[in-house]
Amino acid sequence: METLERLLLGHPFFTDLDPAIGRILVGCARNLRFAPGEFLFRENEPANEFFLVREGNVALELHVPGRPPLVIGTLGAGEIVGASWLVPPYRWNFDARAVAATRAFGIDAACLRDKCEADHHLGYEMMKRLLPVMVGRMQAARQQLLDVYGHPGT
Amino acid sequence: MPEPRTQPSVLLGARVLLPRPALQDLIDALAACGFEVIGPRARDGAIVYDRLRRIEELPAGWTDRQDGGTYGLERRSDAALFGYAVGPHSWKQFLHPPQERLWRARRREDGFAIEPEPAPPSRLAFIGVRACELHAIAIQDRVFMGGAHKDTGYEARRRGAFVVAVNCGTAGGTCFCASMETGPRAEAGFDLALTELIGGTRHDFLMEAGSEAGAALLAGLPTRPAGAADIAAAEAVVARTAASMGRTMDTVGLKSLLQDHPEHPRWDEVASRCLACANCTMVCPTCFCTTVTDHTDLAGQEAERVRHWDSCFTADFSYIHGGSVRSSTKSRYRQWMTHKLAHWIDQFGTSGCVGCGRCITWCPVGIDITAEAAAIRADPAAHGTKRGTSHGNP
Amino acid sequence: MNASVAPDPMLPQPWRVQAVRRETADVVSLDLVPLAGAPMPFKPGQFNMLYAFGIGEVPVSLSGDPADASRFVHTVRAVGAVSGAIAAATPGTVLGLRGPFGSAWPVAAAAGHDILIIAGGLGLAPLRPAIYHVLANSERFGRIAVLYGSRGPAELLFHDELARWRGRLDMEVEITVDHADPSWHGRVGVVPGLIDKVAFDPKNTVALVCGPEVMIRFTVAGLRAAGVADDHVHVSMERNMKCAVGLCGHCQFGPDFVCKDGAVLAYDRIAARLAAREI
Ligand SMILES: Cc1cc2nc3c(=O)[nH]c(=O)nc-3n(C[C@H](O)[C@H](O)[C@H](O)COP(=O)(O)OP(=O)(O)OC[C@H]3O[C@@H](n4cnc5c(N)ncnc54)[C@H](O)[C@@H]3O)c2cc1C
Ligand code: SF4
Ligand code: SF4
Ligand code: FES
Repeated sequence: METLERLLLGHPFFTDLDPAIGRILVGCARNLRFAPGEFLFRENEPANEFFLVREGNVALELHVPGRPPLVIGTLGAGEIVGASWLVPPYRWNFDARAVAATRAFGIDAACLRDKCEADHHLGYEMMKRLLPVMVGRMQAARQQLLDVYGHPGT
Repeated sequence: MPEPRTQPSVLLGARVLLPRPALQDLIDALAACGFEVIGPRARDGAIVYDRLRRIEELPAGWTDRQDGGTYGLERRSDAALFGYAVGPHSWKQFLHPPQERLWRARRREDGFAIEPEPAPPSRLAFIGVRACELHAIAIQDRVFMGGAHKDTGYEARRRGAFVVAVNCGTAGGTCFCASMETGPRAEAGFDLALTELIGGTRHDFLMEAGSEAGAALLAGLPTRPAGAADIAAAEAVVARTAASMGRTMDTVGLKSLLQDHPEHPRWDEVASRCLACANCTMVCPTCFCTTVTDHTDLAGQEAERVRHWDSCFTADFSYIHGGSVRSSTKSRYRQWMTHKLAHWIDQFGTSGCVGCGRCITWCPVGIDITAEAAAIRADPAAHGTKRGTSHGNP
Repeated sequence: MNASVAPDPMLPQPWRVQAVRRETADVVSLDLVPLAGAPMPFKPGQFNMLYAFGIGEVPVSLSGDPADASRFVHTVRAVGAVSGAIAAATPGTVLGLRGPFGSAWPVAAAAGHDILIIAGGLGLAPLRPAIYHVLANSERFGRIAVLYGSRGPAELLFHDELARWRGRLDMEVEITVDHADPSWHGRVGVVPGLIDKVAFDPKNTVALVCGPEVMIRFTVAGLRAAGVADDHVHVSMERNMKCAVGLCGHCQFGPDFVCKDGAVLAYDRIAARLAAREI
């Protein structure tokens, strides 16, 4: 447990986290490995765990009938995979597939939600870390929507 | 230019009197030097600039009445030859023609060869150039000849031109050269300047040479010395004109006023009236923008490139694949006025407006650049986009 | 003889297409040599006006090595009549050429700094001469990184070179695409997302950015967030151009003429204009 705590708090997502909060959080975490091609989660499954990537590469995919799946983003070391665990109905909207051998921490969503509910200080810490990531993702998604390199008018 | 001979410097800057009929000698002398003489003519209800051979062709006894969106010729009580302000034409059309072939290309065995356009055949003499127009020419000189790359056609025409200026005896209803410090007196940039002295039985021109070429030409004309009273009379003419400007423009801080307020609500307001017809840019003596068109013959063996006046009011002007950068009328009017009065100063060290009033007169809906500038000045901090209104308690 | 010395800046000179390389479905690179004389020197970031006989003339950046004095290289995407005609050129085709025009990437001033070269889409073409220069003089720079994004894997330019650059030890190369299918093993995401993937000292970094205007705006926001000062960021602007020498008025962007004051402009100079609409 001691090493897991040290490793977990070494992840960029937890930079400068109060060690007291870290000790609480570690109870929700586990260490995971994914082989290339293995799914971290699939669309519509319950979103009961999210992931902090330590190394490797994960593709977020959307499947479209009659076409190869569309990769809408890739996430690598230091990044967080999954947001649907934050908001009801707690189900994944995409598939997440490891495209390289990937190591990640899995954080039990229900466990973390309960801890946030119980300890608003912890909850606020989590919000300050999650919100910038989410806003950044939203902005990136908007930029992709713009299709800036496309041929306007065609 | 005429070759300076017989001690012309004696006359440089000196004032002499030229009697009205001797203006014909001036025209003839210019023609004899090989100039194509161009001057004001009354035609189709307006003062225009065209080929001038006889002084009878000048608009004797005519004046103009100008206001926002209106222009009309009226009879004067005298027979003054230059008793009007500027009309829809400017000298721009001669120095920077509305349409000009830049070059021709011919296919050859090894590709094609480009043939430059031959230099303009004739030299031009302009008679009746107003102070604001001298400034407009000086401004276009900076645009076309002041940078690293020069417009060779403009340069050839300009270097060959002979300029006879006229000190204005009448301010138009839309004139504001006094505010722009570009008139009504011709200070520089001419070969000869004249002030029309008319009244009672007298009808003379007080002449002043602004160049050796002008002095040389003047030396050959039947002039007589001017007295202190003649010079005072000429001063009075210009002073009267300066005091009767139809419009004024407050230029203090105008550059930053416009550059700092691109979202002022006045831009939306003026855009609701502006037809984006481009008239203002066509009549403006400083607007210089052009586009080019490429043509080939049917066999595809010969090609040419022709340059035309263009306007920042058109949609194509700012087109980059996919659409126009400036698609709204608001943005185009803002470009026009901000370029004229502000960006021009960054680009060329001078305002792009000489206060000639043409854009006001020839705007079909009478949009007035002086009024637009004043409106922004009146409330610079007004918000362009509505930022919400506080209602107190809900 | 210097092929560019024409008394009239509006007169094109004939140049022959020596070789054509297909880069993507609608982009080709052309090697051009003058019918008379030799190519003149150019600076990274400059452009030429290319003329297709009887059809028209458009601005196209130089995309070759500024140290190679034997030819001009241009990388052209067929989007309309003129660019389509130029992109359809075959070896032997003669095009008209005027130039080089415009400002340059400040590669000399960037010496001693970390350098971030950030391209979106076709924007890699005008930056390639800067990359060549920086790599040829890599000892003069701190860390060197190229960040490049395109719409999809099929639209990436200069594959072989990107692969070679990725193999170098004196630079980092990060590539991303907006969309891909699972056969793509690289990154999917937008260019600003690459900024934190490479090492640089924000206090001592010069960034050169070229791409669609929207991409430039988001990228500069990312650079600001990373702590790079506005006056260390340089961008290349695109505006309608008819003359390229400051005479036709078309390229005006506020007080600047993009053709002669740009196309490369310091970001701090244009930040307010870039954020405003329809300037
Ligand atoms: C400084 C600069 C560098 C450029 N470098 C490259 C390059 O390396 N490779 C490349 O493929 N393209 C480049 N472009 C864009 C290229 O000039 C346009 O794609 C081209 O003008 C489109 O012309 P068209 O006639 O094929 O298309 P149309 O869409 O039919 O355009 C009609 C006309 O509008 C004008 N126009 C349209 N788009 C542009 C534009 N983006 N920029 C300026 N004028 C435009 C041109 O006068 C053109 O002839 C550059 C543009 C600029 C300003
Ligand atoms: S902007 Fe109007 S008043 Fe000023 S020089 Fe042009 S036409 Fe004359
Ligand atoms: S106001 Fe418009 S048409 Fe006139 S010079 Fe400026 S950009 Fe050109
Ligand atoms: S392209 Fe003509 S002024 Fe810049």
